[in-house]
Amino acid sequence: METVTGPAMKGALEYIGLDRISGPLVVISGVRGVGFGEVVEVVPSDGQSRQGRILSISEDVAVVEVFEGTSGLAQPTTRVRFLGRPFEIIVSREEVLGRIFDGLGRPLDGGPVPLRGERRNINGLPINPVARVYPQDFIQTGISAIDGMNTLVRGQKLPIFSGSGLPHNDLAAQIVRQARLLTEDEGFAVIFGAMGVRHDEAETFRRSFEESGVLKNVAMFLNLADDPTVERLITPRIALTVAEYLAFEEKMHVLVILTDMTNYCEALREVATSKGEVPSRKGYPGYLYSDLASIYERAGRIIDRQGSITQIAILTMPDDDITHPIPDLTGYITEGQIVLDRSLAQRGIYPPINVLPSLSRLMSDGIGEGRTRKDHGDLASQLYAAYARARQVQRLASIIGEEDLSATDKLYLTFAREFHERFLRQGADENRTITRTLELGWELVMLLPEQELTRLKPEEIERYGRIKRLAVSH
Amino acid sequence: MESTAQQPHITMISGPVVKARPAHRFSMNEMVEVGDERLVGEVIDLDEDLATIQVYEDTTGLRPGADVYAKGLPLYVELGPGLIGEIFDGVQRPLEVLHEKWGDFIRRGKTGTALPRDRVWQFTPSVRPGAMVSPGEILGEVPESQLITHRILVPPGVQGTLERIVPEGDYTLDDIIAVIRSTSDKIHELKLFHRWPVRKIRPYRERLVPSEPLITGQRVIDTFFPLARGGTAGIPGGFGTGKTVTQHQLSKWADADIIVYIGCGERGNEMTGVLVDLPKLLDPRTQHPLIERTILIANTSDMPVAAREASIYTGVTIAEYYRDMGYDVALMADSTSRWAEALREISGRLEEMPAEEGFPAYLASRLAAFYERAGQVVSLAGKKGSVTLIGAVSPPGGDFSEPVTMHTKRFVQCFWALDKELASARYFPAINYLQSYSAYISVVEPWWTEKVGSTWRTLREKTINILQEDSRLQNIVKLLGEEALPDDQKRIIEGARFIKNDFLQQSAFDPVDTYAGPEKQFLLLDVILHFIERLADVVKARIPLFRAMEPPVVAEIHRLKFTQRGDDPGPFRSIKEQIDKEINALLHRQDS
Repeated sequence: METVTGPAMKGALEYIGLDRISGPLVVISGVRGVGFGEVVEVVPSDGQSRQGRILSISEDVAVVEVFEGTSGLAQPTTRVRFLGRPFEIIVSREEVLGRIFDGLGRPLDGGPVPLRGERRNINGLPINPVARVYPQDFIQTGISAIDGMNTLVRGQKLPIFSGSGLPHNDLAAQIVRQARLLTEDEGFAVIFGAMGVRHDEAETFRRSFEESGVLKNVAMFLNLADDPTVERLITPRIALTVAEYLAFEEKMHVLVILTDMTNYCEALREVATSKGEVPSRKGYPGYLYSDLASIYERAGRIIDRQGSITQIAILTMPDDDITHPIPDLTGYITEGQIVLDRSLAQRGIYPPINVLPSLSRLMSDGIGEGRTRKDHGDLASQLYAAYARARQVQRLASIIGEEDLSATDKLYLTFAREFHERFLRQGADENRTITRTLELGWELVMLLPEQELTRLKPEEIERYGRIKRLAVSH
Repeated sequence: MESTAQQPHITMISGPVVKARPAHRFSMNEMVEVGDERLVGEVIDLDEDLATIQVYEDTTGLRPGADVYAKGLPLYVELGPGLIGEIFDGVQRPLEVLHEKWGDFIRRGKTGTALPRDRVWQFTPSVRPGAMVSPGEILGEVPESQLITHRILVPPGVQGTLERIVPEGDYTLDDIIAVIRSTSDKIHELKLFHRWPVRKIRPYRERLVPSEPLITGQRVIDTFFPLARGGTAGIPGGFGTGKTVTQHQLSKWADADIIVYIGCGERGNEMTGVLVDLPKLLDPRTQHPLIERTILIANTSDMPVAAREASIYTGVTIAEYYRDMGYDVALMADSTSRWAEALREISGRLEEMPAEEGFPAYLASRLAAFYERAGQVVSLAGKKGSVTLIGAVSPPGGDFSEPVTMHTKRFVQCFWALDKELASARYFPAINYLQSYSAYISVVEPWWTEKVGSTWRTLREKTINILQEDSRLQNIVKLLGEEALPDDQKRIIEGARFIKNDFLQQSAFDPVDTYAGPEKQFLLLDVILHFIERLADVVKARIPLFRAMEPPVVAEIHRLKFTQRGDDPGPFRSIKEQIDKEINALLHRQDS
């Protein structure tokens, strides 16, 4: 191997020739003085430089993943430049917000490359648990199934588990349009990271941001379906690095949308397989959990810093299977999940949120007196219990017929219907206040006999429920 | 990038795994420091001239050729006053100190010591110079927190004549407080702390058979699937089934002297939640903040994976240390699956031959070795102490047949299976009472019958019979509906509903319901069973069962768990009387 050094590349080492090309990886031997995880530039003979990263390094062999793919690289002529630093981007409020970039952070909107600002390693650093603030500020999304039963709070990571063809994008866009804190309106930003999404999907988001007038507060990082797959490993990290800067330096409340994490995981599997690693479940690498955690954990709030990062990652469950490693490991890391359901969608219900497997782990601390309303927790719990029972009754009814159900069970059937039609179903632009959502919830539970309402306290039924009973009976 | 012939250096880096040569400079499991930043690592394999090291910190930027420094000691923890109330990472770096030093994010490299050297402790000696002392013996005491008196022990392996011991006074961890001359004339200078390798079980004099319950204040656990002091328990459950909330509840209310809580590869916000809650919550027995008896180990999922593997050992070694002082220690590990996955990840990087689902073949023996560190013992000093281990398991896809759950099941005596369906109806704790079991029932029975209620056993058995009968009937109900059942079977279903809603279900977020002492558990169950038994009379009198749900006492039963703490049996007794009165009234109305 030949080492070329020149005045043009201070601190960088350049080598010519590759030993091996395999999938997205290239192997270079005779390399000295380069570090694990550092960035490289791979330059084929046409001069179009590609970026890559060192995956493993021994005394003289470096394995490099090339983000833009290895297609077109020739063994003898390709030059590899080791930059001696990890993958970094330049972040600033002015040069990033209102802009569109590609999956590696290069402008797509014809604007200038960000130059002024802070250079940051895209891998970020783990937040010291001691420095975290426990998230408890309620975010009103205007969507009843979320606000009422799976409340989102500022600094939470709450993914949407979806299936292909389900309206997860519409839901995410609606959340972006409507998400507001109950109390204040401070500086906010939306960071949108797309991994392998179709062009029209990205465009839908852009238009939605534009229509709601938030575009100037949005930065989009787009790795589209026809962009190189390995690049997807970088995109979410760039998005989160920008988000961290805006949240923790610029004091903004940042909502990060990452879609579609399934594509990200597949890119990870592709690289792992090319490296010949021992696979664990379904061919995904054993470190999928740690790797996903290094993305999802980059959310939250920090003591004495005003901003926050709230993360909504979207993933499509392969074959609608929630036990697939991707949703499974995600659910173990994130603070809950919103699960979309195909059968609800087929019945034309939007948003088709199946509340039973959905969960917000931070809900109990984000609701209640002084945040939403005192009865919120018990009401949500009652709605869950009733809906779970109602689904059982529905199954029973499909076997023995509705006629043979007990009187109470029939009421549960009515509850299920009303729950779907009035509580769950809402317009794509319908922005319900939390009060309205809770009122709806009360109207539903009061369809049931009072002795069924074991999760509600008698005084709550007295105060919020009785009035609904009257309204129903009239 | 210069390295001398002697100085070992890096030859390969792949994630957290680093190889170095020459290997003869290292010993197995030796602690090392890697590179200019002195990243902490441990030797995990020695093969001819190559040493494999797992590094407990991020290895980005590390270069082949960089120096590796052997520390001459296996991976150890510092044991001494200053542990209580602290939060450490997986290799015992104090996170509060890291926060002060580096700010909000965790960086890598040297951090100083685990225990603070500048803090002054009030030491009172309890032995006189000239005495013969042996390993584990208590030299004196330090008040560590309002709740815990820290006993300063002669480290294992040290014995001889006490040449000198300092008088009562204030000392730091660096001060020499005692000098021991061994029989072979070796001088040991002792400080308030000593070091102990994390992978080595601390010695004890004798192992006892667990004989007392560890009361957790959680009704489904204490009454149905009890845990014993020095016992082991596994909590498997898919995501969202409430593993963490259950572990938090145990860490808050278990009646151990010391709690060691290990957040192993879990969420950062959860550890923050624990940190926020514990100083505010009071121990129901001592009325002191719970943080005064708690030690936290946090290796969140975004922190380096190798330290996650170590965190379990760091925690259990600290637990054993307090056990040796004569304390009952309960350790919660959330989650052991993340620890197993860390093993798998490292094993994968070592290109070892995988066994099931990519886990290394030694997974089972490592799990066994971990749970083996539980037990009630007589310490070297002759004190009775215990370590109770409670491990959460996160089975992929909630599938209990996966390797970690399966092996855990082999090594634990209590198995609290969390159920997805219960959780999705927000029925918590979502412990499936048909799948769960405890091997300690006969062990704890004498305690319950003696201290709480002589009818404990029959009460418990009757309840379990109703629940089992109910689950059998539920199969019919699923096909035919409840209406199809005769009234005596409906009674079972209705009765089971009372047990489930008013006894088993317990709210972690309700100030009263969150903790139920043994007396309350017994009294509450007694009331509920009494009601179910009286329902039999209603059925016998051919009164439709729903009529028995109408009397006002039914609502009173539902409210009991939220209103009574159980220190006064009066209200329970009067509800029982009210049940009799109202059911009798119902029967009389029928007669007339």
